[in-house]
Amino acid sequence: MIQLNANHFLYLLQAAQWTLLLSLIAFAGGSVVGLALALLRVSRIGVLRVLASGYIQLIQGTPLLIILFLSYFGLGIMGFKLVPIVAAGLSLTLYAAAFLGEIWRGCIEAVPRTQWEASDCLGLNRFQQYAYVILPQSVRLAIPPTVGFMVQIVKNTSLASVIGFVELARAGQIVNNSTFEPFTIFTVVAAIYFAMCYPLSLAARALERKAHAGR
Amino acid sequence: MPAAEATREAPRAPSEAIVRIQDVVKEFGPLRVLDGVSFDIARGQVVAIVGRSGSGKSTLLRCIAGLETTQGGAITVCGHAVGRPGSAARAQLRRDVGMVFQSYNLFPHLTVERNITLALTLVKKQSRAAANAKAAEVLAMVGLTDKRTAYPEQLSGGQQQRVAIARSLALSPQVMLFDEVTSALDPELTAEVLGVMEELARRGMTMITVTHEMGFARRVADLVVFMHKGKVWESGPTAELFTTPKTAEFSQFVSSEL
Repeated sequence: MIQLNANHFLYLLQAAQWTLLLSLIAFAGGSVVGLALALLRVSRIGVLRVLASGYIQLIQGTPLLIILFLSYFGLGIMGFKLVPIVAAGLSLTLYAAAFLGEIWRGCIEAVPRTQWEASDCLGLNRFQQYAYVILPQSVRLAIPPTVGFMVQIVKNTSLASVIGFVELARAGQIVNNSTFEPFTIFTVVAAIYFAMCYPLSLAARALERKAHAGR
Repeated sequence: MPAAEATREAPRAPSEAIVRIQDVVKEFGPLRVLDGVSFDIARGQVVAIVGRSGSGKSTLLRCIAGLETTQGGAITVCGHAVGRPGSAARAQLRRDVGMVFQSYNLFPHLTVERNITLALTLVKKQSRAAANAKAAEVLAMVGLTDKRTAYPEQLSGGQQQRVAIARSLALSPQVMLFDEVTSALDPELTAEVLGVMEELARRGMTMITVTHEMGFARRVADLVVFMHKGKVWESGPTAELFTTPKTAEFSQFVSSEL
């Protein structure tokens, strides 16, 4: 057994960077795909609505763990061998997109119908209505639930450890295996997660204040 | 029975019908809200559509604005049929018709000025400077020059409604539609909004107003249309209609509103 030392904590902090990176990938990818899904869900073309809704139902009804297994082991067997970070990034993107898409659809639909009518009567086309009237108001509504989900994503990156990606949770396990000080180590791991998630909540509050200051 | 098609003469210089409503039918599922409505409006006329709740008057206005599809009949504005498919027809209707709503429907995330200039820059492709100049002009007209940089929620209901009128007016429509624009306001604020509308009428704007303000209808409207059960029950020049109502329903309505 090795004595717990500063190098172990350094190792945890390095692993935390991978957690951060994976979170960023998931959030960036999830946002792009999620926005597309949200817009498809409110499209006037029925078949697009059905497709987007089908995708969202499918992903929301599948454990993230299984999505990770599928994209790492499943695709691997089919000849698409992805490195763990790519497989994890892909899985979390697909996963985040389904949830963000649904959250944002709700925020788009929460803007009163009268705002559509008023902008229609002024002659704005559908793109202009979205860009200048509807989405700016949706963004304001979307901040709290979106940040709440971002925090979930940061924590869910820990599942990527099952496909051999060494992020914070997995690093904690590794350190524990050699030192066997689970209480100390996992308390530190928890503290690092908290240090990543708490600023998100703070930023959300600041953003909300800023969004409302202009009113 | 409705005493429709009473002698209709425009007190102002009679000219071509700028809005023509012919036998319009509107149904919401099994409910027939408009049951063959017809009347014409001449350029420069002020029309007050009155009637009880559920008589179909707001629906009619929304049909003229192209916000509702109709199941029968035809509406033309400035010679163009309302409800033709295609974005060009829609754009034409938007150039011709302005609409002011009961709930103001200002854009809460934009300043008063930007509420007014948004369509000027996006739809009319005006420069920001030209649009701002236009905004200043219409804000002066509704007496809100000092509220240029305010946000809607910082304004009273009456002020918001005046901004909404200014926003519509800035696009220089041929016809303006007013859908119970004072119904959400207390009497004092109602007066300031009606004042702006009277000024518009004096300037010769063609206006179709759905209103519960009988005083306003008497003072300003050239033509009054009384709707009942989805039909034009009685209509005619304002003075004539109010002094000699032809139907029991209208005289009853008038006495209940006073």
